[in-house]
Amino acid sequence: MPPRPEPDPVTGPAPRFRPLPPVRLVVDDLVVERGGRRVLDGVGLTLGPGEALLLTGPNGVGKSTLIRALFGLVRPEAGRIRLEGPDVEEPDEVAPRCHYLGHRDALKTALTVAENLAFWRRFLGDPGLEVDAALDRVGLLDLSDLPAAYLSAGQRRRLAIARLIAVRRPIWLLDEPTAALDAASEATLLALMAAHLAAGGSLLAATHLALPLSGARRLALTPADVDAGFDPDQPEIPPAAPARVPRP
Amino acid sequence: MSAMLALYVREVRLAVRVGGGALMGVLFFLIVVSVIPFAVGPDLNLLSRLGPAVLWIGALLATLLGLDRLFEADRDDGALDLIAGSGQPLELVALVKALAHWTATGLPLVLAAPLFSLFLAMTPETIGSTMLTLLVGTPALTFLGSIGAGLTVSLRRGGLLVPILILPFCIPVLIFGVSASTAVQFDPAAFHTPFYLLCAVSLVAAVTGPIAAAAALRGGLD
Repeated sequence: MPPRPEPDPVTGPAPRFRPLPPVRLVVDDLVVERGGRRVLDGVGLTLGPGEALLLTGPNGVGKSTLIRALFGLVRPEAGRIRLEGPDVEEPDEVAPRCHYLGHRDALKTALTVAENLAFWRRFLGDPGLEVDAALDRVGLLDLSDLPAAYLSAGQRRRLAIARLIAVRRPIWLLDEPTAALDAASEATLLALMAAHLAAGGSLLAATHLALPLSGARRLALTPADVDAGFDPDQPEIPPAAPARVPRP
Repeated sequence: MSAMLALYVREVRLAVRVGGGALMGVLFFLIVVSVIPFAVGPDLNLLSRLGPAVLWIGALLATLLGLDRLFEADRDDGALDLIAGSGQPLELVALVKALAHWTATGLPLVLAAPLFSLFLAMTPETIGSTMLTLLVGTPALTFLGSIGAGLTVSLRRGGLLVPILILPFCIPVLIFGVSASTAVQFDPAAFHTPFYLLCAVSLVAAVTGPIAAAAALRGGLD
């Protein structure tokens, strides 16, 4: 691996990140069962550099399951999840190129804010912003020596979001990223997402809010037939449109 | 490697901070050892003969005390998801976590054993041999226990299940550990055979424990 240059100093109020390697996530005919029930049936999608995909749908339709399956935490019954790109050597090793922001914030309450972030920055590798810079971005720099046990729900969420920028990953998989965030933090998160897309990253976010991300496509999961349906107002998804798998 | 070092440092730090299990293990060890003389009575010869066995049982129980949380804590707060998706081999993660757990709970037991052995009227050579066998044998207990911790990671309140699953597998460690410790009293030459077997059990556990724990974790993640 080539030596990685030091992260850019953050200039100005709008965040800007170093360019990310172009990686395309391709999912074909994904079938996932949970507890004997078919939750996802023939979901297909592609997510290229600079693209954002908002996953919508009612509770229990399988948004979280799809994200967990993409991150390799749920084994699919059928279908393939793979990466494409010039520097992709292991197309099936998807998770190490992804950030997963789930419902749980992966924080240790006995460690301080800075220790929590520093651990993930060292453990996950490919560091991005310095710990202090990342904490500053999400407005937690003043609290960096405080044990995470004393953080509010929104502050915990912001600390989890700081992980996204302290470690560089081309694909962000976000499950309800705005949960517990106030309006200002939501705007910060949107700015970080826009900067990530501008740097050539991609993101897939399950959300019930209409996140005002320019150029974001929408993938609506519907409970009646679990085939992925597309909002007709949104731009069409290129080649790997959802292939339908007949239900047994 | 830097990732594994970070994990090790974090685990040890968590163990010695508030709510960690490091001090709890030693205190439990102390309670077990100090209760025995009250039960056995003031027969010093009997106590000193039982001494190594009491220390070993105390160490065994104290090691298993906090082991069920080895992976469960990371699962509860979502950290295990990120660790599993990090691309780091889970076998290495299990090995490092077990080593950190031993550093925080097993090593203090070894260091406290000479002090606690005074309650049991043990002779200096038995104290030395018990300490040595504990040093070699307690890592085996942690590695074996990590298999149980991996198996019960997806169970809610699986806490008591780990000792029940693991104690039978700890019996060889106990047999070789105690027999090497007590052999010194009668015949120093008889120390070697059980001691080497204890070393072998520890080494085998150090290899198979993380592999089995990682396999159990993969099954339990879903």
